[in-house]
Order: sequence, then structure tokens, then C-alpha cells
Amino acid sequence: MTLLDVRGLTVRTTDGRTLVDDLSFSVASGERLGLIGESGSGKSLTTLAVLGLLPDGMSATGSIELAGTQIVGAPEKRLTAVRGRDAAVVFQEPLTALDPLMRVGRQIAEPLRVRTGLKGDDLERAVAHALEQVRLPEPERIARAFPHEISGGQRQRVALAMALACDPKLLIADEPTTALDVSVQAEMLELIDTLVREREMAVLFVSHDLAVVAKVTDRALVMKDGRAVEEGAVHTIVGAPREEYTRTLVASARRLESALDLRSAR
Amino acid sequence: MTQADVLSPVRPKKTSPGTRRNRRSATLVVGCVLAGLVALLALVSLFWLPYPTDDTSGGRLAGPGGGHLLGTDKLGRDLFTQVMTGSRIAVEAGLGSVLIAATIGVTLGVLAAFAQGWLDDTVSAFLDILIAFPTLLLAMLIVAARSATLGSAVLAIGLAQSAVVARLVRILAKRVLAHDYITAARTSGTSWSRTVAGHVLPNIWPTLVVNLALQFGLAVLAEAGLSYLGLGAPPPNASWGRMLQEAQATFTTAPVGALAPGILLVLLVIGVNLIADGLRDTLDPATRRRRA
Repeated sequence: MTLLDVRGLTVRTTDGRTLVDDLSFSVASGERLGLIGESGSGKSLTTLAVLGLLPDGMSATGSIELAGTQIVGAPEKRLTAVRGRDAAVVFQEPLTALDPLMRVGRQIAEPLRVRTGLKGDDLERAVAHALEQVRLPEPERIARAFPHEISGGQRQRVALAMALACDPKLLIADEPTTALDVSVQAEMLELIDTLVREREMAVLFVSHDLAVVAKVTDRALVMKDGRAVEEGAVHTIVGAPREEYTRTLVASARRLESALDLRSAR
Repeated sequence: MTQADVLSPVRPKKTSPGTRRNRRSATLVVGCVLAGLVALLALVSLFWLPYPTDDTSGGRLAGPGGGHLLGTDKLGRDLFTQVMTGSRIAVEAGLGSVLIAATIGVTLGVLAAFAQGWLDDTVSAFLDILIAFPTLLLAMLIVAARSATLGSAVLAIGLAQSAVVARLVRILAKRVLAHDYITAARTSGTSWSRTVAGHVLPNIWPTLVVNLALQFGLAVLAEAGLSYLGLGAPPPNASWGRMLQEAQATFTTAPVGALAPGILLVLLVIGVNLIADGLRDTLDPATRRRRA
């Protein structure tokens, strides 16, 4: 069953620049799709368009169908119903994704309350449970902390817990590991991988990093300058890229990888 | 220390250097003392005054002492009584104006922040026009439409200030709304009203409170200015502004009549500004996070 169906998506600014150009792809339920591309290729805009959250001065045309609901041109009320229930998002920068003046627990409680209608102690228990699921130690303590009182990796886990608290059918992860240390990155990827598999959740994973996308997803879409360049199974794209741009991307990733290998071998 | 404490995921709060914190609280304390002095006079005047406000039994322009702590004015009224009523009117004017400015300003500012495109432009242009419109002219219009009362003056000052507050709230709220956590809240289905109450207001609160404290001082000054021109509270309710105006002609022979309200006015405004300064240091998330 197709969960997300994007057909001919075009995003334009009011001054006439085209940022995403006639993009089409689909994600089936439980499927994991990676969006790869350099910065400015329009991958983040695509995810925002899927949620109907394009910034001021940008408009989308084409068709985005999320769990049977047309997103393009939908009124705010219908979008509010879709968001959270059908799709939730984890952002790149965990510090700005959490309200600095609100205790972590309350931020997770909000989507939980909206979805389950829990109150008081039950809600508190549900929050602790949500924090436990993203493998955070001492959930009660973290729930009482402010975002600046916990580490970057912990903040990103909290952000993931917030997104999962809605129990969405599609998890959109926009460069969720880019702002983290390399050692924390691997843990985070592992965690996303496990949690998503457990829940049979579909994932739209956005990254500029081929290695990261290959780890979490089955299929990948390569974007450049707002257009889809190549689409296919991740191992085919990494192993035998067809397009010139993908080949360059893979080659540069290889070069970086070998440089890193060299350094660690010394 | 238990093992749990050692492995604590929450970093312990670092304390700031003592001297900085002391200087910070000193500002707040001095401000509270100065403004509190006037507030105390205002509070006492509600229950007790040395003389009735329309009592003219004292000698004209008597010096301090002899049953009149600060002497009397040219009509023989007790100056201390007038100064006390003046304190009450000043505090009322400040509170009333700030209340009006905060209510209208925050509502309009938040609405403008959420509005997009032409609606935002229209509201912003309207606010700019209102800010450019002289408070004095607005006050005269309102006085002409109603009458010269304290209420009219407070309404005029409050309306003028609400435009300033609205513009500030709009820009602060817009900055908050641009953050990822608002997008995250929206994606998780948080309603519009909960976003405002839970995220926007708490995040703009520190800056807003400081600004409102400053607006209080400005409102007190504006009320004194308006009543100096006869656009404030009518007699026998002595307002500092009108006391200054009445004492102006006899300043060389009886300076206390002008000095007393003048000094109290300065004390109140300085006090409120010091409070605002102290509040900014303790409330501002930027300085607070640096401390944490």
C-alpha cells in the first residue's frame, strides 16, 4: 500500500525561482526511503512540503498524497489532523528543535496528550516510558531537565521520542545525525533503525551522507538542483551508480572514507 | 555520592561569580526601595491623609513645619497631602497604562506575528502610524471626546504605548515562531492557542516584562506631562504634573511646592528603571543560560 505519493512536486519562490522541480516518488507503508543530495538540492524543502510546512514566500504545485490526504493546497485544519497522526519529523539541530524554556517532559507530554488524551500521573508515566524507549537513562530525571541541561545526543533522543510519541505512520528524519559526534551518530542510527523496524514504520530519511543513508534505508533517491537524478535500491546506487552525478557522489564518499581509514590505521 | 549521581545525565548547575550576582541584586533592591517609597505613600493615601484634599485652612505659601510637613501651596492646601495623592495618581496612571498597553499590545502583536503576507503588512503599517502619532494629540482628542479625567489620560497613554508593545511582541513572537521547536510542535498536532500559551509567551516573557517596566516609568512621566497641561486628573485630586505647574509661578519664594513632586517623580521613574534593569539581568534567557 502506498503511504506517501508525491507526483510532479514543484516548489517555487514568489520571485520565480524553482527550488524543487517536477519531483515524483512514493513510499509504501513500512518502507524506508533515503533522500540524498548536497546542500541546496531541495531535499529538506521536499520534507517540509510533505507536511505542508513550507516557509513564507514559497508555494508548492503538483500532488502530495499522504495516507490518502492531499497536502498541496489543503487548509490548515486538515493539515493539523494529518501531522503527527500520519507523519512526524526529527530535525537536524536538536537544540533548536526543543523549546529552551520548557522542561523536556512537558514537550513530550504535549503530543502524547493530543493523541491519547491521557492526564496527570498516567501522562507522566507515558512520558517516562517514551524516554525509556529511546534508551535514555533515568527517564524521570531527564523529564524534569531543561534542554540545555542535557547533552546533544540526549537532546536528539528526546526529539526522536517526541516524534515517536505521536506514533506516526511515516517518520521523516531530516539529517538527524549530522549535528552529532561520530560515535553518537552510529548509536543514533542504530536506535532509529531498531525502533522503526519494531513499529513497522515507514521512513523518509534525508541526508547528504551516503553511508548514513545506506545504513538505514532500503531504497534511495538522489537529488541535485531540485531534480531527481537517480532512484533505486541503496546497494545498487552505491555499488553500480548509473548517473554521472551519483558516480561523483559515491567516488567522493569513497575518497573521504579511505582518507578516514588511512588516519585510523596510523 | 552515589553511583547514580556520578552517572547523572543532568549536568550540575554552575554558580556564577558572587560579585556579579550581588551587583545584579543590588540594582533590583535599590529600584524596589525607591519605587516602594512612592508606592507606600500611594497606599497610605488610600486610608489616611494629613488633611482633607480641599482643606485650605493653612496660611498661603507657608514654609515647612508648624503642622504642615512640607508647608502649603498658594491656596493654603497642605503640600504633603497633595504629594501623597499625587503618588497614588502616578502609580494608578502607570499601572493603568501598562495594563492597557499589555492587553492590547500582546494580543495585536501575537496576531500580527501569525499573520502572513498582506495582513502582516497592514497591521505593521497601522502600528507604525500609531507610533508616529503624537501621544499629546491623541490625549487631546480623547479629552475632547470624553473629559479631562485621569481615565482619559491613562487611556491615551495606554493606547499610544500599546502600539510600541505590539510592535515589540510581533517581532519577538516572529523570532520564536521561526524556531524548529514550533515546527515540531505543529507537526505533533499542537493547537494554535497551545502554541501561543506554551511556547510563544514563555519565550518572549523576559523581554516583555522588562519592556513593560520601562513603559511604566514612561507612563508616569507622560501622565505628569499631560496633567501639567491640564489634560490629567481634575482638582482637588493633586497630580504631580499639576502641582509642578501651579508651583511654577512661586518657585523662587516657595520652592518646596515644585521640588517635592519633582523629586518624587524622579525617584519613582529611576526606581522603576532600576527594577527593569535588574529584572533583565535575572530574567533574560541569554544571561541566565550563560550563568547555568
